[in-house]
Amino acid sequence: MKGRAARYAAVAGAGLLVLAAPFLAPAFVTQFTFLWLMIVFALTWDLMGGQLGYNSFGNILFFGIGAYACAVFQRDSGLGYYEALAIGAALGGVLAAAAAAFLGLGILGLRGHYFAIGTLGLGIAAGEIAGGWDYVGAGSGMTVPLFPGALAARSLFFYFTLAALALATFLTLRWLYGTRFGLALNAVRDDEDKAEAMGLYTARLKTAAWSLSAFFLGISGALAGNLIGFIDPRDVAFAGATYGVWMVLMAILGGKGTLWGPVIGAAVFHITQEIFWTYLLGWQRVALGLLIVAIVVFFPQGILGTLREKFPGRFGSKAEVQ
Amino acid sequence: MSLLLDVKGVTKRFGGVVANDAVSLSVREGEIAGLIGPNGSGKTTLFSSIVGAHPIDAGAVLYEGRDISALRIAEIARRGLTRTYQQTRIYGQMPVIDNMRISAPDVKEGILPLFRRAGRASEARARDLLSFVGLYEKRDLLAGSLSFGQQKLLEFAMALMSEPKLLLLDEPTAGINPTLINGLIDRLKRANKELGVTLFVIEHNMRVIMNLADRITCLAHGQVLASGTPDEVREDPRVLDAYLGAQ
Repeated sequence: MKGRAARYAAVAGAGLLVLAAPFLAPAFVTQFTFLWLMIVFALTWDLMGGQLGYNSFGNILFFGIGAYACAVFQRDSGLGYYEALAIGAALGGVLAAAAAAFLGLGILGLRGHYFAIGTLGLGIAAGEIAGGWDYVGAGSGMTVPLFPGALAARSLFFYFTLAALALATFLTLRWLYGTRFGLALNAVRDDEDKAEAMGLYTARLKTAAWSLSAFFLGISGALAGNLIGFIDPRDVAFAGATYGVWMVLMAILGGKGTLWGPVIGAAVFHITQEIFWTYLLGWQRVALGLLIVAIVVFFPQGILGTLREKFPGRFGSKAEVQ
Repeated sequence: MSLLLDVKGVTKRFGGVVANDAVSLSVREGEIAGLIGPNGSGKTTLFSSIVGAHPIDAGAVLYEGRDISALRIAEIARRGLTRTYQQTRIYGQMPVIDNMRISAPDVKEGILPLFRRAGRASEARARDLLSFVGLYEKRDLLAGSLSFGQQKLLEFAMALMSEPKLLLLDEPTAGINPTLINGLIDRLKRANKELGVTLFVIEHNMRVIMNLADRITCLAHGQVLASGTPDEVREDPRVLDAYLGAQ
């Protein structure tokens, strides 16, 4: 099998690149680390927005819950740095998933635009609550424990943990989309009433999907809070205007409803954004805004969606057999 | 033959409009029952009332002897009572074969079976049913790219895939190429005989329903006008008057 050998070689090559990147380009380690975070954002958003057809503008909520839950656990547990971070991150993921399951009871009953609008308030409300709650530092936010090691080691540590999280998210979703659970998500996206009339458990499906999305986002929040070092309620944890919007954009840019689309979208978006910051300082927000408009106008199907339309044969779509 | 479906005095109002007015009819196990009536006589509303798509205002729907009128559409589907739609409903952005896969009967058991691999038997059944409706060659196309008639056939195949006991078909031949209609009648009869699915069919095409059904009920203005064998209904003066047009 030549195809299979080439595939293994490509995977091995990509794996080596991921391992070697921080040593090949040490100046960019932090940028790479944020790229992994962006990939998690786009993948988890697409699970809901692309595969299930529920455009959530409130997924940032789960990121923030993860960030705060982990930071509180690290502050109060009295455990060592790594133990507290590991347990705190898991706790963040579980709490975020539980929050999604609970909120899903009410909000997932809304359809289409109503769901999108219903979720819009989530992140904003959470930011306001966290900003007024002394237990989590209120408006002055929370700091996380210092990393027990050198600065370079700290960079590498977060590079690899976030890379591992992005990989775990990707592999989980890849597996999921290969099962009939993935088909059921698409069925709800295409015609929810039909799916219900065919006896599918649509409410449980939607809740399970949102909880899974929230789980990975919660862990990413826990890690990102520690990576950034300071958790501000509105600018980091519940940063709806930045992270919250980016996760939607990256998935749409790459191609909604595909496995690789969000990954590609995250990479293109992140790199473009860094270039804007570097070369168009002062205008970077304008440039980003124009990019967003251009994406929606010229690539409504995203990069992968557009390629798939142009070259259907390369994506496994078959021409009509007569 | 025992009664599989027993509709007792079902009334459904939309505001001031009485779409179904104390409708009573029954479907026996194993038969093909027909439902005819002029446009707006409440046929599709009755289907929606039976499968639980909306709550009914009065009466009861008995399925296998149990009252299902308070159940929701998904719960009723899980008991083996499924409908198809007049305006075809399929999963347009999914390949034809995946439309079949996600209609397998075990998806009605919960979400855990969704993580099980579909067995060989299930895959073979999906392919067989696609061949049965003549769509096997189209299996890898997106369902939304099929013509209306083909989508209708796909929806029928999906319904059979889910192994219903009673299948409600809303105008199965509407939008189907006339040269394919005889083939479709044949397929409906075979589904009834070979797969053992009881059918309850809304149909406007008189030739089709007279050929197909064992018994026919005629609705007009939301009320049952007549019911009986195709010949009895065809010759009933009230039916002729209301539906076929008085001579």
